[in-house]
Amino acid sequence: MAANVKVLKRRELTWWENTFLPSIYAGLVITSRHFFGNLAIHISHVFGLRKKERGSTTYQYPEEKRPLAHRYRTRHRLMKRDSGETRCVACMLCETICPAHCIAIVAKEHPDPDIEKMPASFDIDLGKCVYCGFCVEVCPEDAIRMDTGRLDIAAYSRGGMILNFDHLMNPELPVLDPAKPVAR
Amino acid sequence: MPKLTIDGKEVEVPKGTRLIEAARKLGIEVAHYCYHPGLPIAGNCRMCLVEIEKNPKLQISCHIEAADGMVVKTQSALAKQGRQNTLEFLLLNHPVDCPVCDQAGECKLQDYYMEHGLHDPKFDDNKVRKSKKAFPIGPNVMLDTERCILCSRCVRFTDEITKTHEFGIFNRGDHSEVGLVPGKSLDNPYSANVVDICPVGALTDRDFRFKCRVWYLGKTPSVCTGCSRGCNIEIDYDRLRPHKKAGHDRIMRFKPRENSEVNKWWICDAGRYSYKLIDHGRLVAAKQSGIDASLDAALGEVAGLLAKAREQGRSGRIGVLASPDMTNEELFLVRQLFREELSAALAFEMAEPAGHKDDFLITADKHPNRAGAREILGTGLAKGEELLARAARGDLVALLVFHWDIAALAGADRLAAAARGAPLYVFATHENRTTYAARFALPVANFAEQSGTFTNCQGRVQRIAKAVEPLGESRPAWKILCEFSDALRLGWTHESAESVFAELSASVHAFAGMSWQTLGHAGATWKQGQPQEAAAAR
Repeated sequence: MAANVKVLKRRELTWWENTFLPSIYAGLVITSRHFFGNLAIHISHVFGLRKKERGSTTYQYPEEKRPLAHRYRTRHRLMKRDSGETRCVACMLCETICPAHCIAIVAKEHPDPDIEKMPASFDIDLGKCVYCGFCVEVCPEDAIRMDTGRLDIAAYSRGGMILNFDHLMNPELPVLDPAKPVAR
Repeated sequence: MPKLTIDGKEVEVPKGTRLIEAARKLGIEVAHYCYHPGLPIAGNCRMCLVEIEKNPKLQISCHIEAADGMVVKTQSALAKQGRQNTLEFLLLNHPVDCPVCDQAGECKLQDYYMEHGLHDPKFDDNKVRKSKKAFPIGPNVMLDTERCILCSRCVRFTDEITKTHEFGIFNRGDHSEVGLVPGKSLDNPYSANVVDICPVGALTDRDFRFKCRVWYLGKTPSVCTGCSRGCNIEIDYDRLRPHKKAGHDRIMRFKPRENSEVNKWWICDAGRYSYKLIDHGRLVAAKQSGIDASLDAALGEVAGLLAKAREQGRSGRIGVLASPDMTNEELFLVRQLFREELSAALAFEMAEPAGHKDDFLITADKHPNRAGAREILGTGLAKGEELLARAARGDLVALLVFHWDIAALAGADRLAAAARGAPLYVFATHENRTTYAARFALPVANFAEQSGTFTNCQGRVQRIAKAVEPLGESRPAWKILCEFSDALRLGWTHESAESVFAELSASVHAFAGMSWQTLGHAGATWKQGQPQEAAAAR
């Protein structure tokens, strides 16, 4: 046994504490304090008072979306050149750096020899992605960003969580169609 | 023998040794682009600068011969500065398009920039653009002249090694570019070697193009099985992308591996691209007359048949057609099982059309281990055709065929006749007409999926190593032979091909004293001028 073991004895609850009545009462006090406090602020706002204080609110998601911080990392998108095609040159650095191994790229020849290389397919498995943002940081072409602001990521199957090239190029598209899971 | 000091360490080298080689002998790697031990010295990249005491200027270590009493400093401030400045010049017009360059990851410009460069570029003019970006210059090679640093290795290779003289360097100053001589195409049978010797991404492999980044590759030393030369290769396989879609090739490419006794630094294009056979057209499950069957049932049937034949004293009527595609270990087990135990009718050769050969590496014999098979099984055996004829006459109780595609060599009619006369069991890596005709076709692993040794045409025993797992149900032939031995209760205890080799070296004279450890990755030539074990047995 190690020498410095400190044995802590858990305090026995008293009979009165065991009824949980004091805890329930304390909890109700906190909730009520927030409720009436916020109620007072919101009523004051109606009369144009206490404008500097912000009352807490509930966002009516999905109709109403919470504003995101400027650097918040959300679903990925691929950037476009002026010509409308992808900036990605399939260098596979994002695939290499990805700690979750969620990116899979297949490269092909670009018709323009000055660009030379482009992705034939570009899949991101959002079921595996940990949203670390390494792919954005490592990209030498600024071809991938995580600034779509989209958090509505859900599907009925694991296969449905895979974004393909079209989804990444058109982040406004309704993706992850639950009726049509993407075949692996 | 001149004795000199490099970085404070004394070394004695033969007269005529260049400083760069003397340093290598001490384990000191001097940065270089144009120097290649297999090519004549050009001395044009100026990267291998070293300081020599009592010499006012830095000297290129690839050209200066070692002299007695020389004191060389490779790491002095002056030498480092010289190399850094040289590298800055080499990178002046380099496009630095590493993201799209297949060489990235094994590029000497990248390596040496991290090691010797790390400079702030002082050049802020526009880089010289060459006329064309990447374009094919032959069936196997792409050229991108913008990435080229004009080391002229490719020019020297086609001048001195293949003597086909396709490459030249044209124009002057910063308009210089490497290119093909007008009217020529880089289509000699060793063309893709220029990709290996190109230290930058100017020459890249069209077959490997964009297939895989090199840092995904696992590397296993092995031997090419395309012909009996047994060129040393490195099997590069996709190691890091298990999440990739199923069904893609596991082996990405072959690269030649230096062996001064066999292939030097080179390999022919046919051998280089033979990696495609490893994953394509494979037999992955046992087949009964061409239809998927249970492997256990097939193995059980063959084992039962062997046991029954031995019991009835008819084991001499088992026909076994072994193959020079098998490793030494497998051939030895064939000998132990079928010759020593069962005295079966054994053969390993068939009549084949003469293969293409040249006076450099390619040999006419397209099997990697004929020398080993002759040494282990002996040269006085019947030919495969005789076994087929015996089977067709109904003289055999079974015919076991390893690797051979009989339908392609002897014709489908003779195969069908043999299959009618005796049950035919084929142990094959690939599906072909013979596996369709067999009573049972059993999948065996190929050379990239198992360890073992081959003996090349010079009698050099060289190791192969397992790079990838056997595909599907296939397993190494030596394991299958061990299973048969279990069924016959022979008490073999081989757990690996290495222990088989230990027994082989103990009982076959040519292999005496060898072990996998002593062979290493370079192999060893077997004993010459001694009575052959097989000859002595006869």
